[in-house]
Amino acid sequence: MTLGEKINAANAEALKIILGAQPTLIGVGTAGEDIPGMTKKTILHSGPPVTWENMCDPTKGAVIGALIYEGLAKTPEEAEKLAASGEITFDPCHHHNAVGPMCGIVSYSMPVWKVINKAHGNMAYCTFNEGLGKVLRFGAYDDTVITRLHWLRNEFYPLIKEALEIRGEIDLKVLIAQELQMGDDGHNRNRAGTSLLIRELAPAIVKTHFDQDVKVRALEFLNSNDHTWLNLTMPACKCTMDAIEGIEYCSLVYTMCRNGTEFGVRVAGLPGQWFHYTSEKVEGLYFPGFTEADANRDVGDSCITETTGIGGFCMAAAPAIVKFVGGTVADSIKYSTEMYEITEGEGTAYQIPALGFRGSATGIDIRKVIETGIRPVINTGIACNRRGVGQVGAGVVHPPMECFEQAIEAFVAKYAEG
Amino acid sequence: MVSLQIKPNTYYDSITLMIISKELKKVPGVKEALVGMGTDLNLDIAKVTGLSSPELEAITPNDFFVALDCENEEAVANALKALEEQLNKKEESRSAAYYPPTLTSALKADPKINLALISVPGRHAYDVAKDALDKNINVMLFSDNVSMEEEKKLKEYAVSKELLMMGPDCGTAVVNGLPLAFANVIHKGPIGICGASGTGTQELTILIDQLGSGITQALGTGGRDLKAEIGGLMFKQCLNALINDPETKVIIMLSKPPAEHVAKEILSIAKECNDHIKPVVVDFIGGDPHLPKEYGLVAAYNLEDAARKAVALSKGEPVPADMIDIDMPRAELEALIERETSKMAPTQKYYRGFFSGGTLADESMKLSIGKLGHIYSNIPLKPEDKIENPLTAEYKENTCIDFGEDEFTEGKPHPMIDLTLRCERILRDAHDPTLAILQCDCVIGYGSNPNPAEELAAAIAKAKEIAASEGRYISAICSIVGTEGDPQNLTETRKQLEAAGAIVVRSNAQSTYLVHHMLDKLNGGKY
Amino acid sequence: MHQINKLFGEKLHMVNIGVETFYQDMLSQKEAGTQDIEVIHVDWKPVAGGNKKLAGMLGMLK
Repeated sequence: MTLGEKINAANAEALKIILGAQPTLIGVGTAGEDIPGMTKKTILHSGPPVTWENMCDPTKGAVIGALIYEGLAKTPEEAEKLAASGEITFDPCHHHNAVGPMCGIVSYSMPVWKVINKAHGNMAYCTFNEGLGKVLRFGAYDDTVITRLHWLRNEFYPLIKEALEIRGEIDLKVLIAQELQMGDDGHNRNRAGTSLLIRELAPAIVKTHFDQDVKVRALEFLNSNDHTWLNLTMPACKCTMDAIEGIEYCSLVYTMCRNGTEFGVRVAGLPGQWFHYTSEKVEGLYFPGFTEADANRDVGDSCITETTGIGGFCMAAAPAIVKFVGGTVADSIKYSTEMYEITEGEGTAYQIPALGFRGSATGIDIRKVIETGIRPVINTGIACNRRGVGQVGAGVVHPPMECFEQAIEAFVAKYAEG
Repeated sequence: MVSLQIKPNTYYDSITLMIISKELKKVPGVKEALVGMGTDLNLDIAKVTGLSSPELEAITPNDFFVALDCENEEAVANALKALEEQLNKKEESRSAAYYPPTLTSALKADPKINLALISVPGRHAYDVAKDALDKNINVMLFSDNVSMEEEKKLKEYAVSKELLMMGPDCGTAVVNGLPLAFANVIHKGPIGICGASGTGTQELTILIDQLGSGITQALGTGGRDLKAEIGGLMFKQCLNALINDPETKVIIMLSKPPAEHVAKEILSIAKECNDHIKPVVVDFIGGDPHLPKEYGLVAAYNLEDAARKAVALSKGEPVPADMIDIDMPRAELEALIERETSKMAPTQKYYRGFFSGGTLADESMKLSIGKLGHIYSNIPLKPEDKIENPLTAEYKENTCIDFGEDEFTEGKPHPMIDLTLRCERILRDAHDPTLAILQCDCVIGYGSNPNPAEELAAAIAKAKEIAASEGRYISAICSIVGTEGDPQNLTETRKQLEAAGAIVVRSNAQSTYLVHHMLDKLNGGKY
Repeated sequence: MHQINKLFGEKLHMVNIGVETFYQDMLSQKEAGTQDIEVIHVDWKPVAGGNKKLAGMLGMLK
């Protein structure tokens, strides 16, 4: 076999594994107990590795919030000093089978969704989504943020834990497939997915032993936040893609993520190697009162959804949000159609109604990205570049081409020259 | 004030560049606008137009740039706004339709693709054409700047697969009635053309059409096919295809004089065909007509002669007499010459041939060189007549320029699309007191400017005005490469040129013969 | 039969790679009904954006 044929065969095999994944929600736990490699002084963040000094302002804010939440610091000043001291271990979520939206901060006692890829046996974890506005994932750390985090840990988490025990495991793949038929893209629009989740959970929540007002608070919280579902889609995608990590000769991307400073890409045939470059600013629409000057660089692990073939790749499935991406339904169809040029194949479960129920473009091949110059398209929220403000808009962004250039060089070094 | 915008690694095709350039020049306060890829030619033009700068010098052919000379800041701002509008417009028009980015993905949309028209920049042309041949797709390669080695490899490969590999630098073809690249709407008919000359093929097809006949196929091989290096690989392949084509009743072979052994080879094939299958007319532009005659073939003296002979043969009529002069009653011709030359000053003794079609320039010079002795040119017949740097050089005496040569087109649209450089030169040379006659071609049809006559007529009218203001009269002689079926329409085109005071004749050969008669008159019967 | 003679007898399925106006010309004739052809335009860009080094690497991986 020529090298090209070996790569083609590896990619075909990898695509089978991606399409055969069975991401399933099996329960909730805590980062400390469930996520491998966590210590009390470990803080996980989104994106590729980054030092405290190089973190963007929202991520620094979120770290401060997490340290206060964990009781490791009393004041923001104390937290900042601790963060800079070297005592805290900072590591990407992706190094721990985890993913986190926006700043993606995960600390020891935070509750997490536990998702398994039943076809492959690997796990993925993600925290609960806290809602919009002043929240930790956008770098806020005032009392309301910390109070909400404690509420999530002390009241919401035990309730959901019991509810899931009553309900039993939930097949996430089926729900993602359904939300794509209901106007979600699986990344930026999560209204249908969150609604479906509530349908799955509500009877079980009611059946738990908790007080009525606890149940009501939980259901109202779920209902108030469209993005609850995102924190389940992400680990579903994470465990789907981790299954191809380490396939020899495979040139498909298994990780795309951003830490607010840099974009990181990893390739299945080059396991563990990060290809990273300054991440871009998102092109999109801003909420009233905000402009491009308020925008942080692209941030978050949420583009694991695009890595798996949903999100921006399914933009044509979500006409309700096309105004964020250029304005017209035709634009969204073009974006989704273009993605087939850079992928190994097409999805089976995840389909786009507007494209005649064509399976979404799946399995980004770095060779095709380099050849065509077409970069993956990512639907994403825009974080404010100042800690604690929150989301200021939404739009479209691409990974820097440099990540793919580095990747192809490393790939050639390993497989063509090595 | 000069301002510069650079977009590194951004590719726009030359047509887009021309449209942008045109729009920018319309912005009030913009004195000069140069839009293009960072090719050597464009950087040279920047120097000439005073738009050069160290930043501009440093860019590469992969970079897109806009250099502006504006009266003030406001004009710069407005021009940049117009630029963005144009670029966005491009994006919008693109978002409407989805175009696949590669041939592979185009084949997914239409697996039956059987012919590729390729016009990518020359340095990428080999890879793109090879890819198409790999996929068993016939190729017409419009791109130029492809090396001889690459051309040979492509053609050897195509021959091994029995595919068409027309080009590189194949500007014209009509396949199954479809005009490709720079080509005209030609009636279907019994004549098949195998041509190693783009504009020559174009002129032949339109003359056949005007003579009331039509064609089966007009296949192009690119101008170098009959050189020794390529050995007529594609010419032979195309010729055999026409010989085997039952619809083709007469074949015309068209090329510059081929390398000797190549000429023998193709003439032998043609003889075999002519003797046993169907007649073959040969026009070796300006070449020795005795050579084809030795093989028993019908030799043509010029493109119109070839067209006339082929049309007659296709009708089973006897071969008409050689056409070696203008087809106009003597008295009418003399009146015309008298009318045109009587207003000229005694200094006016020379002609300038400004062509967009290379073969037309070449044919014209070959029909004239015997009489005129020297014709200065960027594609001279005699080495000593060579004009270096034709973009900026001062022209003198009898000069004939092919504006489609590389020095005018690298990174710029072909002069059949963008008439700017040719029109600028017409105006510049209008000031030359020795200039008497302007000879121009006007090529319409697909690929060309949507209305080339408009710009050309304006330049001719202005040139006549300039001459008049300096006490002279310039005669303009044009021939139109076009048909009534072309989008620009032959009659409409002729009307515009005639309204500007130009004399319009049927063919390039006839316009050249008319130039001879007038020069003869101006130079005391010398010719 | 010779491939080229086969082409003469077939409906043309064109692909235009490069100058977009050539595509528009063919499309307008198809749409006007004066030519019975299929035509598709490739939004061509140089492989790897014209970067020779990257294009060379791609060549190794094909």
